[in-house]
Amino acid sequence: MTRLRGALGAFLLSTASFTSAAVAQDDAVTTFTLDNGMEVVVVEDNRAPVVQHMLWYRAGSADEPVGSSGVAHFLEHLLFKATDTLKDGEFSAIVAANGGRDNAFTSYDYTAYFQRVAADRLGLMMQMEADRMRNINFTDENVATERDVILEERNQRTDSNPRALFGEQMNAAQYLNHRYGVPIIGWRHEMETLDRDDALGFYDTYYYPNNAILVVSGDVDADEVRALAETHYGVIPANPDLPERIRSAEPPQTAERRLIYRDARVAQEYVSRSYLAPERDPGAQRAAAALTLLAEVLGGGQTSYMTEKLQFESQKAVFSGAFYRGVSLDDTTFDVVIVPAPGVSLEEAETAMDETLVQFLVDGVDAEQLDRIKYQLRASQIYARDDVDRIARRYGAALSVGLTVDDVQAWPDILQSITTDEIMAAARDVLDRNASVTGWLTRPDTSEVTQ
Amino acid sequence: MTRLAVALILSFLASLPARAEVQIQEVVSPGGITAWLVQEPSIPFTALELRFRGGASLDDPDTRGAINLMTGLLEEGAADLDARAFARTLEGLAASLDYDVGPDSLSVSARFLTENRDEAVALLRASLIEPRFDQDAIDRVREQVLTGLRSDAKDPGKIARETFNKMAFGDHPYGSNYRGTLESVAALTRDDIVAAHGKVLARDRLYVGAVGDITPDELGVLLDNLLGALPETGAPQPGPADVTITGGYTVVDFNTPQSVAIFGQLGVEQDDPDFFAARVLNQILGAGGFESRLMTEVREKRGLTYGVYSFLLPRDHAATLQGQVASANDRVAEAVSVIRDEWARAATEGVTPDELTAAKTFVTGAYPLQFSGNGRIAGIMVGMQMLGLPIDYIATRNEKVDAVTLEDVNRVAAELLTPDALHFVVVGQPEGLETTEPNEG
Repeated sequence: MTRLRGALGAFLLSTASFTSAAVAQDDAVTTFTLDNGMEVVVVEDNRAPVVQHMLWYRAGSADEPVGSSGVAHFLEHLLFKATDTLKDGEFSAIVAANGGRDNAFTSYDYTAYFQRVAADRLGLMMQMEADRMRNINFTDENVATERDVILEERNQRTDSNPRALFGEQMNAAQYLNHRYGVPIIGWRHEMETLDRDDALGFYDTYYYPNNAILVVSGDVDADEVRALAETHYGVIPANPDLPERIRSAEPPQTAERRLIYRDARVAQEYVSRSYLAPERDPGAQRAAAALTLLAEVLGGGQTSYMTEKLQFESQKAVFSGAFYRGVSLDDTTFDVVIVPAPGVSLEEAETAMDETLVQFLVDGVDAEQLDRIKYQLRASQIYARDDVDRIARRYGAALSVGLTVDDVQAWPDILQSITTDEIMAAARDVLDRNASVTGWLTRPDTSEVTQ
Repeated sequence: MTRLAVALILSFLASLPARAEVQIQEVVSPGGITAWLVQEPSIPFTALELRFRGGASLDDPDTRGAINLMTGLLEEGAADLDARAFARTLEGLAASLDYDVGPDSLSVSARFLTENRDEAVALLRASLIEPRFDQDAIDRVREQVLTGLRSDAKDPGKIARETFNKMAFGDHPYGSNYRGTLESVAALTRDDIVAAHGKVLARDRLYVGAVGDITPDELGVLLDNLLGALPETGAPQPGPADVTITGGYTVVDFNTPQSVAIFGQLGVEQDDPDFFAARVLNQILGAGGFESRLMTEVREKRGLTYGVYSFLLPRDHAATLQGQVASANDRVAEAVSVIRDEWARAATEGVTPDELTAAKTFVTGAYPLQFSGNGRIAGIMVGMQMLGLPIDYIATRNEKVDAVTLEDVNRVAAELLTPDALHFVVVGQPEGLETTEPNEG
């Protein structure tokens, strides 16, 4: 039945234009809310007998208590230990014994758990994920061993990587008062003190159905998902005392910050700058859409403004680029970077980058380039239908930071409707040096020793 | 509580996950080019995967890195389009053309909309048949490659990889970095790049997979148009590599808090009758997510690492069994010792029936999950052709896994796993580990 409907839909889609294709993509998405407040998103694709089951919690590192940095991620690790009914490690063993893969990830604003498995195993995945939402039961020994694991993870991801250490310092300088200045994995000295009470405190505050979003994608039927979700998740009571998600806000940023991170392991020096920037807000996404297009126009690829000026024309750079991530609960950043060509100092590179940014504000947006970018965005909606798991992740992340299903579905049209004037206005607003951090990643200055 | 237990039992008794329903057809173009095709008209685009056997291993030793640099230049201007015009044209078509190269093949992964397929294929054709290799593009991309090589020289994982390959494969192309060295890349000329192009891009080593909104007839015409002008032959393949590594330790001093270790020994060829037994064995030993013995012993029980893995690496010209782990300098010796013990335990004691059942269920159950996404399926089909597998292989592969017995796995474990021949390359400042002399192993 499902397969037939898929085949008919396929025929209709193949003759559809871009506009109707976008509508069709939304048609594959069904959303509803369980009585206990848990939101559910279903993205159907019946081409292969596979399902991805994801549970997102609106709780990330920026929700941690002061002094326990890393506890959101630590708890994510501990959720693979025992529950009241499953032994230590049994969760993943059952997923594997069913041919599936499971994992989890933590960010500033969310923690998500997922399994990818044959479609007829969805009920089992829900049953186990619902179980560990409220019935986690790890030992003190688990806590001690897993703390060593996350410290090794920090060693691997951060302490072995000068670029990551530099990024950590950049973020810490960017945020004067907001938790985005603290690394997701945590500061080492605080990670070393994390204990059972820290983990359970975070768990008992946030791991409830009214703080979770279920996202299921693949060879499923929305009604079937609803029935399974009601059976497994619908019976878990909501937390009436779920705290409101209010974090310490940034004061006005009025002073440009500069830092130099020196590390003998640096192979390639570069200059990075981040500017405090607005994020996508529910019902108000135009500024973020303009910044998304600005990042593309300015430094998004081979034909971008920065690449043209810095790599092809002045040849001051081996690489340059601009980056913006709009899916965030609170203020995010707009970033630019320049990797200098051989013989070009960091100072010269920074000057060249700044001259390019100033000149961009004079030259404005190339209309043909913007048309190409918008065409690529329309095409990306077609390509996206080949990867529904990615569509699912997009919904999970957006809903975790307070955006709505309507916001997600309106986003492609908003991007198409953004004008060059809006992009330039966004550029003038965001490129504010007083709200910026400029960092140099470099090697130790050996000349200082002789001075 | 009861509900959970009952459902778990049911899940183990239930039939195996559905078989991948991938309908592959062989298409031979009017000009004689063979491709495997899966028609998938529900989304108006096509994924096309091309692979040229040999890849960067066809480099001459004195121009090491030429094929890698040449590959990077395929998107940097073709026919009458310079690099910037090429990039603008590609963006304007909303297509993607990815060129990549490795020790066994040069691959081209293309994705284009049905509505402008002809223009996209024309652009791809130009990049393969008429690349410009302009001097300014060569110099620009060369600098990007050199930047990468300088970074690799300070990356403990990359240092370990390069050191291990040199010891394992010696003077064979597998023994050196296919991206070249700072010296060899700096010395490459435009003539070297043109020669590199002629070595790799030829019809006698070409494999094609296509998935998407295209008919067999349309694909046939497309292939002749796209690839018909390629030369018939290129450079000879390099021939088998002797795996020369022996047991022991090699420590490379590098000032960093966490050591990275790459370890390995001889492996099993993909066409070996014992390959599936080895595949299942490795699943139990170190390939599993959280369930493998290495992960359980090194991470879950002792917290010595964030990740430890082993993997079979059956390349065209040499088969090895390798693994990787990273641990703090003061703990890596213990991690290495536990890994060596697990190697020995599997060799002498074999695996349990429960482990075998779980591993086979995973390996068979995970297989159909790979076949999602047009690009991924196109890539898998090209891989199958390069291994000489039959077109109906997907339907029969899980039977080969299911046929593996406990006896097979334990025999292969005893024959294959040689703890004394396992060599560890450790990059960092590991406490309690020192380089051994070759004959100490």
